[in-house]
Amino acid sequence: MNAMSGNTTTADGRKIGGVLMEMRNITLRFGGVEAIKDISFDILEGEVRAIIGPNGAGKSSMLNVISGFYNPQVGEVWFRGEKRPPMKPYEVARLGIARTFQNIALFDGMSVLDNIMTGRLTHMTTGMLAQAIWKGKAEREEVANREIVEKIIDFLEIQHIRKVPVGRLPYGLKKRVELARALAAEPKLLLLDEPMAGMNVEEKEDMSRYILDTNDEFGTTIALIEHDMGVVMDLSDRVVVMDYGKKIGDGTPDEVRNNQEVIDAYLGVAHD
Amino acid sequence: MPDQLLFAMEVTLNGLMAGVLYSLVALGFVLIFKASGIFNYAQGVMALFAALTLVGIMEGQVPFAHLINSVFGTDIHHFGWHVPALAAIVLTMVLMIAFAWAVNRFVLRHLVNQEPIILFMATIGLAYFLEGVGDLMWGSDIKTLNVGLPQGLNETIDRVTYEAFGYGFFIDNLDIVATVIAVVLVAGLVLFSQYTKQGRALRAVADDHQAALSVGISLNYIWVLTWSIAGFVALVAGIMWGAKSGVQFSLSLIALKALPVLMLGGFTSIPGAIVGGLIIGVGEKLFEFLIGVHIGGATENWFAYVLALLFLVFRPQGLFGEKIIERV
Repeated sequence: MNAMSGNTTTADGRKIGGVLMEMRNITLRFGGVEAIKDISFDILEGEVRAIIGPNGAGKSSMLNVISGFYNPQVGEVWFRGEKRPPMKPYEVARLGIARTFQNIALFDGMSVLDNIMTGRLTHMTTGMLAQAIWKGKAEREEVANREIVEKIIDFLEIQHIRKVPVGRLPYGLKKRVELARALAAEPKLLLLDEPMAGMNVEEKEDMSRYILDTNDEFGTTIALIEHDMGVVMDLSDRVVVMDYGKKIGDGTPDEVRNNQEVIDAYLGVAHD
Repeated sequence: MPDQLLFAMEVTLNGLMAGVLYSLVALGFVLIFKASGIFNYAQGVMALFAALTLVGIMEGQVPFAHLINSVFGTDIHHFGWHVPALAAIVLTMVLMIAFAWAVNRFVLRHLVNQEPIILFMATIGLAYFLEGVGDLMWGSDIKTLNVGLPQGLNETIDRVTYEAFGYGFFIDNLDIVATVIAVVLVAGLVLFSQYTKQGRALRAVADDHQAALSVGISLNYIWVLTWSIAGFVALVAGIMWGAKSGVQFSLSLIALKALPVLMLGGFTSIPGAIVGGLIIGVGEKLFEFLIGVHIGGATENWFAYVLALLFLVFRPQGLFGEKIIERV
């Protein structure tokens, strides 16, 4: 076990709690190809956990296992102290696990506000008829949901594009709207698939700040995949390193940075 | 006012009313196409099947009577009771929801991620299957559908226009009822899609499947819901057409008239389906009245298709459809 498990407080004063999610001996195959080979790791409540590795290491596959888009052939997924049976992605979302996508999956035809409102779907309980005629409980619920969404819009500084159809936004803003939609679900675990991919330095800095602030202000547990080593080291509390579907490192950024296997995987060594 | 102009006005009004019925059928297509990208060829047959079932239940017909009689050598045709129209409509709707569920469970779920053309072929198969089932269940004779809607000349309009212009317009009561029902239906659909959780989910699924899954929407549930709504729209269309011209198997051909309506309005737009239907309705009646008489008539058979062809050349996305931009 490494030094950070259990109830601790980080240097910057955030609380890290017990185990929120645990992956046990996960193996995922596509036909004859093993995308993930017998990987185990855990995610602690309140931490920022990164999964890194070179192209094709199986990072996205791992995120897809957590979010239910793939079900592994071998291994167990434990969430909040319970073993999770094989689930559909929408069922996983209802458990309180929200995610973003590497290639951005937004509702292009809808406005920014409507997109973020879809993040509240898992929290809406009133009946269809009540909502259609907009009375009583349904109205109160809609107002409460709107308040939460407006708070997130403020937080991510996208007030000026609230009414704009998402299809018309530039790439960097789309990424931010996608984060907003995931946050609107008030997730217990937030999964970010390459949140900084394709961004320039300035946009990367903004996004890093939003991720850290999310973790800091809402105490959201975050698991993220990233390509860029530098960014990850600054952001995360602990890092899992994958290469060719195997786990080759797990620990604090400093521990991982000095791990010979990790260095080899990133710099490339001749395999004999 | 010159007679010719008065006639043209009357024709236009009648065209609008006929257009409402085209719109109703087109609406069913648009709903399913938006939510799942499937062009549901079976929409027209669904209207037919709904109308057949409605008549069958109201008349107390024994379903599959022909089959039962030939297998067991019995001679039963009717239960001997009559079901009130409203109860029969509810029962028919239940059957349409069951049908929506079955289509998803046994056909579409196995074709997820297939090419659109394959899904289209599947709905063609579905159309003929459903037509066959309808025939087997209720028989192939022409039936009259009478759910108690008013029919015949509207005397108020006749009198008012006679007093105003000296010429009484002939407007069928049934057409007026159809228009009112269509307006209510569309208003309901708009409310549903804009303000309910399910409506939002439906729009989300129409836009992006992956993103919809990630916010906790079950695709299967939404698809069953969409097909059920399309089934409801088919039922309404079936009642209207059935009341107007009897329930017969040519009813399924109205689906073909919906095609030019969709080309005009765009495949993804609910207002488009409405406006497209009205334009085709008015267009074909006026064309027949003004030009058809000089070139031998029967222009109503082809006018809609030629108009749609012109639209395809100059505005392929239709009046309200999303513009197709392919980035290179």
